[in-house]
Amino acid sequence: MSTPALKDWPLWEVFVRSKQGLEHKHCGSLHAADAAQALRLARDVYTRRQEGVSIWVVPSAAITASNPDDKAELFDPAADKIYRHPSFYDLPDDLGNM
Amino acid sequence: MYTQAMDIPDPAQPAPATPDLADPAQLARFEAVLSGGGRIEAQDWMPAAYRKTLLRQISQHAHSEIVGMLPEGNWISRAPSLKRKAILIAKVQDEGGHGLYLYGAAETLGARRADLIDALLAGRAKYSSIFNYPTLGWADVGVIGWLVDGAAIMNQIPLCRCSYGPYARAMIRICKEESFHQRQGYEALLVMMRGTGAQRRMVQDAVDRWWWKCLAMFGPPDADSEHGAQSMRWGIKRMGNDELRQKFIDATVPQAQILGVTLPDPQLKWNDERGHYDHGPIDWEEFRSTLAGDGPCNRERIATRAEAHENGRWVREAALAHARKQQQRAQGAGT
Amino acid sequence: MNAPTDYLLQLADTALVLAQRNAEWCGHGPVLEEDLAMANISLDLIGQARYLYQYAAAGLGGDASEDRLAYFRDANEYRCLTLVELPNHGPRSGGAACAPDYATTIVRNFLHAALMALLWAELQHSSDTQLAAIAARSVKEARYHLRHCGDWLLRFGDGTAESHARAQAALDHLWPYTQEFWTPSPAELAACAHAGAPHPASLHAAWDNRVDAAIAAATLQRPPNCGFLCRGKFGQHSEHLSYLLAEMQVVARAHPDAVW
Ligand SMILES: [Fe+2]
Ligand SMILES: [Fe+2]
Repeated sequence: MSTPALKDWPLWEVFVRSKQGLEHKHCGSLHAADAAQALRLARDVYTRRQEGVSIWVVPSAAITASNPDDKAELFDPAADKIYRHPSFYDLPDDLGNM
Repeated sequence: MYTQAMDIPDPAQPAPATPDLADPAQLARFEAVLSGGGRIEAQDWMPAAYRKTLLRQISQHAHSEIVGMLPEGNWISRAPSLKRKAILIAKVQDEGGHGLYLYGAAETLGARRADLIDALLAGRAKYSSIFNYPTLGWADVGVIGWLVDGAAIMNQIPLCRCSYGPYARAMIRICKEESFHQRQGYEALLVMMRGTGAQRRMVQDAVDRWWWKCLAMFGPPDADSEHGAQSMRWGIKRMGNDELRQKFIDATVPQAQILGVTLPDPQLKWNDERGHYDHGPIDWEEFRSTLAGDGPCNRERIATRAEAHENGRWVREAALAHARKQQQRAQGAGT
Repeated sequence: MNAPTDYLLQLADTALVLAQRNAEWCGHGPVLEEDLAMANISLDLIGQARYLYQYAAAGLGGDASEDRLAYFRDANEYRCLTLVELPNHGPRSGGAACAPDYATTIVRNFLHAALMALLWAELQHSSDTQLAAIAARSVKEARYHLRHCGDWLLRFGDGTAESHARAQAALDHLWPYTQEFWTPSPAELAACAHAGAPHPASLHAAWDNRVDAAIAAATLQRPPNCGFLCRGKFGQHSEHLSYLLAEMQVVARAHPDAVW
């Protein structure tokens, strides 16, 4: 089997957990030949200033994103469901915190 | 940093002459996001000219960071104390990181890093003129931190509000690191100015050589600038060249006084009426010829980058070959 | 009891000289990501050298300081392992020009980090509490360097024909210099007798295990233990150290009274 010559290492998206208890957050991308290397290099590229305690790397090609043209039908319908939000409900003050 | 002067035509990526043949509804949505101060994201529709201008600016910015590793890297081996050596390595390393974040932002626009680097090495892409000047003494490292990174910060802070999300986010990360760069440079100079006569002379000599180059780095006066106005409207550029240059001068003069160095411009003085410092004329001929390839170090910089890239080819190929073999072994084991 | 100053200097000189060699790649690395990673290794090593020099200087007193020790001693006063002072390329005479080779850098760092991961782990239990504290932070760094360079060794060995050949050539070139690891210097014997430092030879078997496994995984050949036995730890160096120090020390020595 012959594989076409790649000029670049594949692209990976990097997610860093900044401290225990917080979620992983997308912080950028990098190139690496494989997952193990991507993880190691992400440490050197994105946590030089103690920015993280845990790293995820995901091949950029593996991400399925929603289509921005569908923004209206995907996200606008949530706009009028204000009854999902706790502040929608007026309760007597003497009830205290609920 | 360093994109401020980049609204200069680039033969590698000419701005399209014809307007976009865009769906008017999409265009209207795009314009609405911009005028509302919103952000455009990678997958959003954008006019071809916007994409092209962004790609040119971000890649030139990335190239500048990478080429910018060389003049300061020149002094890593000779740093006169272990503390300064560590600081300088960390700083040059950061610049590499900036290049990496910016190539990443360019890649969200559909470019490939390898192609962008090829364009740089083939002399088809531009980068900041400032890095085509030589670093001749240890004090140059401090002066570059103070003035060149200082000028970069002026230019980059407004870019944190750039209309293109991935670029703006890269700039936020970069700006956090840049303030370390400027402060370490200024502090190194402070220590030298409190030192021996020879150290003070080194600092003044470096200031004399870098001052005018730094002013030119902001790019030609706005009147001469080509796609400046369009970039402002698109929110890719947030402030004019002259405005930023003035801001830089006004901030730097008092810093020079505290440091005890003379800025090499006899016409530099406070103008009460304007509320700004006036300065002497900048040599735009030299700026243009340096940007066009005829500065003192242009050939050296590109040849050095090209050699590093070529020397590293077998390393990059080895990692890819191993990854493919691993994949094949895993598939072989699975079936 | 505390470790002798010469022992601290041997460790410090080795860390600094290797950092100086690794830092030659800063801005010239094979790929941006790796450029940043190698700079981190250099920074770790400079950090180790600084802690050790500061500790040694405190013991020496007078005008001793980390920078006096690093910048104002000549090659024959340096006590680094010969392995770390060699240029980032194959065998050449002192001053001979040659293109840098990343395989030489990776193999050298791998062989050295395999030693230091073991040595720092042992030194955590030294009766010299300050040295033990330096060892406790350095051992994590050495383990990371070992992993980083070991991963590359595997990729070179298993990668392309060219990377395999380069890795093997680097191993063949550098292997004889590792024999110096196991021959104790007077400072090492003193540290072993009085400060609870390990005898160098006591680390040999564990080092062999670790290195042999990595070499085998990378489908490379372990070179035989033979060739010239170098004596950098005794102050007898290769032709290369004097060039390295001349460059490193030039600004500091031109301004001997300056503070930076
Ligand atoms: Fe930068
Ligand atoms: Fe910077």
